[in-house]
Amino acid sequence: MAFNRIGFSTLKYLNMPNITSGAAIVGPVEGKGPLGKYFDIVLDDDLWGEKSWEKAESKMFETAVKLTLEKANKKATDVQMLVGGDLLNQIISANFAARTLQIPFLGLFGACSTMAESLLVGSMIVDGGYADDVVCATCSHFSTAERQFRFPLELGSQKSPTAQRTVTGAGATLLSKTGNGPKIKYGTVGTVIDLGIKDAGNMGAAMAPAAVHTITAHLRDLNRTPDEYDLIVTGDLGALGSDIVRDLIKEQGITLGSNYTDCGCEIFSKEQDTHCGGSGCGCSASVLNTFILKRMREGVLKKVLFVATGALLSPTSSQQGESIPGVAHALTIECD
Amino acid sequence: MNSNIGQKEKQKEYQKYVQQKMPKSHIVTNCAKAFVGGGLICMLGQAISDFATNYYQLAKPDAASFTAIVLVFLGATLTGLGVYDDLGKFFGAGTIVPITGFANSIVSPAMEFKREGYVLGIGAKLFIIAGPVLVYGISSSILVGLISYMFVR
Repeated sequence: MAFNRIGFSTLKYLNMPNITSGAAIVGPVEGKGPLGKYFDIVLDDDLWGEKSWEKAESKMFETAVKLTLEKANKKATDVQMLVGGDLLNQIISANFAARTLQIPFLGLFGACSTMAESLLVGSMIVDGGYADDVVCATCSHFSTAERQFRFPLELGSQKSPTAQRTVTGAGATLLSKTGNGPKIKYGTVGTVIDLGIKDAGNMGAAMAPAAVHTITAHLRDLNRTPDEYDLIVTGDLGALGSDIVRDLIKEQGITLGSNYTDCGCEIFSKEQDTHCGGSGCGCSASVLNTFILKRMREGVLKKVLFVATGALLSPTSSQQGESIPGVAHALTIECD
Repeated sequence: MNSNIGQKEKQKEYQKYVQQKMPKSHIVTNCAKAFVGGGLICMLGQAISDFATNYYQLAKPDAASFTAIVLVFLGATLTGLGVYDDLGKFFGAGTIVPITGFANSIVSPAMEFKREGYVLGIGAKLFIIAGPVLVYGISSSILVGLISYMFVR
């Protein structure tokens, strides 16, 4: 019988991996958003002097990892493993950054849930004693996502009111065996849920049931209530998706109060006209690694439930008329 | 089997719920914007056509070709300058349907996929948006042509 498991899908990290540092880089639009001042680097130009958007995205991943290590006064040779991924086919942004970083690397794909997924895996590695220091990182880029999933940038098309804007951003977290930062205590591994939404322009609705499933499982497994948390934050459900979560979770007898929000709703302002808000791996990654971690260090937030959500579609599956499966992974980050 | 049926019903129920919950497009405003945007482009086209017939003394079919060439040039140039996508965001169908929208649908993939090279990028991806329009437009014009040849003659 596994001894670090609780209930249906929750992991208990007995040694509680420590969040030593976190860093995030975002694009110019995100920099103008309400959280702009928290990010470590705001790019003036999202091509960042590179020849392609893909190269710029990979550079963001690499630089986010380096910045995180710098903040902890460490070098790439001081960490034993790098865990992460991104949205592009064959996770090239992460793979190419790992080629330069030369840290033993595990690539993951969880669509926009990758930040939470890599923290779940990274915590298992540190908790299990397989490494003392692990960097977890992910990124997304508006322009690479548009060309892979949607239309050319200069095409004069309109977006549906349920659409979200992919965040140009990268975030990295350094997990260590010891330290006096916030600790990762529990993780809940998400189940893939599909309630038949086929509209790739409405990913909030496609992912919301998965978030509800994971949050409910997490609270049930730990016998906790939502108000025990200072903050429950989902990754990129946006305005519609987070509204749906509030509705659906009520049917399970759980009420989410004002301590619930979504990174996709926080990263852009209404005036930025992003319809339902932000999306992409970089959305939750950049908000967690700067804004939320800072608030935790300041002592404003002590107990946070971080739930990153992913829409597991591909352009091919969409064109073949498949519905969009969603997944959500959760972590509790707590200060002693 | 039973749980399968239950799942189907749950999906249906959820989709119905999402349908009524999701923000709707403002059809009236969008139609009005499309009318104005499309109307302006057509007015411009008419002006070019009048200019061609009056100033250059072109015959009607030639004036039509002249107009198309000028409008495609304008659509392509505005796309290259990064203006057409903003116009499209505002006017919607008004800027997609006229021939300038066609120019936009060719030039935007050309710009987007230049990095994948001249053959596999621009060459292969040039018609990803306009391709279906051409395929079905030409197919249906052949069909209509055949029908008119057989019955209307």
